Formats: sequence, C-alpha cells, structure tokens
Amino acid sequence: MIPAAFDYQRASTLDEALSILADRGEDAKLLAGGHSLLPLMRLRLATPAVLVDIGGLRDLSYVQDRGDEVAIGALTRHRDLQISELLLNQVPVLAHVAGQVGDPQVRHRGTIGGSLAHGDPASDLPAAILALDGTLCARGTSGERTIPATEFFTGFLETALRPDEVLTEIRVPKSPGKFSFKKFNRRAQDWAIVGVVALSDSPARVALVNMASTPVRASATEAALAAGAAANEAAQRASEGLEPPSDTNATTEFRRHLATVLVRRALEEVGL
Amino acid sequence: MQVRMRVNGTEYVHEVEPRLLLVYYLREVVGLTGTNVGCDTSSCGACTVLLDGESVKSCTMLALQADGAEITTIEGLASPDGTLHPVQEAFRQNHALQCGYCTPGMVMAAVSLIREHPDLDEATVREGLEGNLCRCTGYHNIVKAVLAAASAMSAGVPA
Repeated sequence: MIPAAFDYQRASTLDEALSILADRGEDAKLLAGGHSLLPLMRLRLATPAVLVDIGGLRDLSYVQDRGDEVAIGALTRHRDLQISELLLNQVPVLAHVAGQVGDPQVRHRGTIGGSLAHGDPASDLPAAILALDGTLCARGTSGERTIPATEFFTGFLETALRPDEVLTEIRVPKSPGKFSFKKFNRRAQDWAIVGVVALSDSPARVALVNMASTPVRASATEAALAAGAAANEAAQRASEGLEPPSDTNATTEFRRHLATVLVRRALEEVGL
Repeated sequence: MQVRMRVNGTEYVHEVEPRLLLVYYLREVVGLTGTNVGCDTSSCGACTVLLDGESVKSCTMLALQADGAEITTIEGLASPDGTLHPVQEAFRQNHALQCGYCTPGMVMAAVSLIREHPDLDEATVREGLEGNLCRCTGYHNIVKAVLAAASAMSAGVPA
C-alpha cells in the first residue's frame, strides 16, 4: 500500500518547521518517527498535502531533571524513555509504559510527542501522561504555551494543538511511588483493547486506554478512592460516565467489564 | 528528491519520489530483495532492517527518512568470504526456519536484540521478537537459535 503523493519538506530547525507550518498550516502534517502517521497514510486514511519531517531535530530528544519535574523532549523515542535512568528512578511508570508500546522496532522509531499529538485513545503513552497530570508545551509562530494533559485530548485523533504549532516538550511531576500498567489484548504487539494506568501517589490516579474517544481518567474510581473506598468497590465505577467504543475486538459492554477487572487488579497491585 | 544512504557499506544516491517507502527503495531501487514485504501494515516484521544498528520496519519509513543513515540488510550480515553471521549460523544449526519468509526479518530483529541485551534469557527473546510473526509457527527453534547465537557471540565468535 502506497501513500498518496505529498510534498516533503525536511526541517533542520524548529523555526524552519514553524515557518513551513505558518505557510501551509491546515494542509501540512508533522512527521516525527512516523509510526502513527505513515500507517494511516498507507491506508489513505490520511492524505496530507505536505509532510514536514522534524525527525532530524535531535535537540528535541532529551530527558532532563528539572527539580520537581522531569522534562522530556517531544522527539524522544520510546526506546530512550524505556532505558532512561532518570525515568526509571523518578517516573518509573513512564519508562515501563514506553517499553510496552508496539514492539522493539516500533519503539526504535516512535516518539512520545508523535504518540501524544496523534491523540489515539488506544495508545498507551497518552494515558500515562494523563495519569501523571503532565503538561505539554507547544511552540507556534506567536510563541510558546503550556497545555495541561487533562485539556490536551479533545476528540478522536484530535488534540488542542493548533495547525501552526509544534509539540516541543512534555513535563511530568516526579512520581517514584508504586504504579501499575495493565494492558489487555489478544495478540502480542496489538493496541490495548482496554488498558489501565494506576498510580498510588496521593491522591491516587487512574487513567484508561481505549475506553472513550479520547484517553481518559477514571474520575468516578478516583473519587471513590479519595472517599476511602476499597479497590474492588472503586473499580466497579471504572467506566462510570464513559461511552467505550464497540468494535471487532470488543463490545461496549465487554470493555466496561474489562475496565472493572483491570482497574481492580491495578489498584490491588499498587496496594490500594 | 535526492536521498543518500549507506546500505551494507556501499554509498547510494538516488532521486526518489517522497512517498517511496524504505523497503521498496531497498528492493526495487538498490536491488536488494532479501528484505521481504509481508503484511505491509507494520505488524509482521518481515521487512526488518537495521538503521544505524537498530531494528526498524522498513515498510513504515520513507526512504527519505533514512537519508544519511547506515542501513544493514540481510545481505550485509555475512562476511565477504561467505562466513555466516553467528545469528545466521545459529538459525541454520537449529533449523529455525521452515518456509523462510520471515527469516530475514527475524535474523535482523535478533541481531538488534542481542546487541541491546548482552544477557539474553528465553523470556527476553520471546518478548523481544514480538514484532516478528512466523506463520509456520516455528517459534521454538527460532528462540533456540537466538539464544545459541547470543551465547556464541558472548563467547567471542566475531559478529
């Protein structure tokens, strides 16, 4: 399967990428590792007129200690997150989840910024950043702004990023406490049919993969935990207020069931 | 657009269409057909090659994204005198292939995996090859071969 034809522009600096976006805006898509975008283009579900390749901007690949937070360059690859000593010590959930994305070949190419900007509710990293209450930094022609992860995912494959903006950095609070990541799928490398990220840090947080049109927090479960509910009781409320999708892999009802079971297991694993 | 890369030690420069995928560049432009196209949807790993030493699925990259890179395909593993790479030799010794279609990708994925995990165990091999499908289901011997290759390589057989 061959993608539809497009103009290819390679940006050698962030400013160059921003100026191409300012010029071509709505017609352009950013290409980082390409592991979300190229499969869609090959199926012709995406047919951008212009691809702006930012994969060579190596100065956007880093994991840095910023006191209470860890800052991650948007072009940091999953593999580099997986083996980052700083993450393994300070935000182990992120290193672990990055190591569960796709397969090794995907992790050698895919980037955290690409995964977040793609906004797929079935992806693992968006749920982890949501659970961590991360912050996303976007640069546009008119300057830089920060967007809380809780406001970033606006719809199916849609985010708060504007057409002229580049996601440059992701910041997450240090969270060295217990975590659990549960991913239910039928084949080794598949997307999660349902996934759960749970953090024991106070207040306890739970985010869900593939349970709505965006990555979401299990707010009813979180509220129950905050009110002192036990794991099993809190887990019963995992899908409250959500409309999980129904597809080849699972019906809406089965997803609700999976969420209840996986959330309970995740909460028990972190000792809640 | 012009693309320049080293493939198995040889420098190539070509004019390509931006939408040309790396696997088709390798097969149809450079002429190295050892790398197979399997599922064509980033799942099966038959098209795995090394990009700067790391395994990647060449059906999920534009040739232009490999500009300036060092690519190794299955043709580039054996020594010029024909001596097989330890992973190739281990696949042969352990009967780690049946129809052989997934083999080039399996071997390249295994080379990358062994580089990243000098202390491979069976679970790591099984998880590490999750991006490669063998539809003959010959996984047991593939895992045996990768473990054998890893121990041969750590014992100092030149890679």
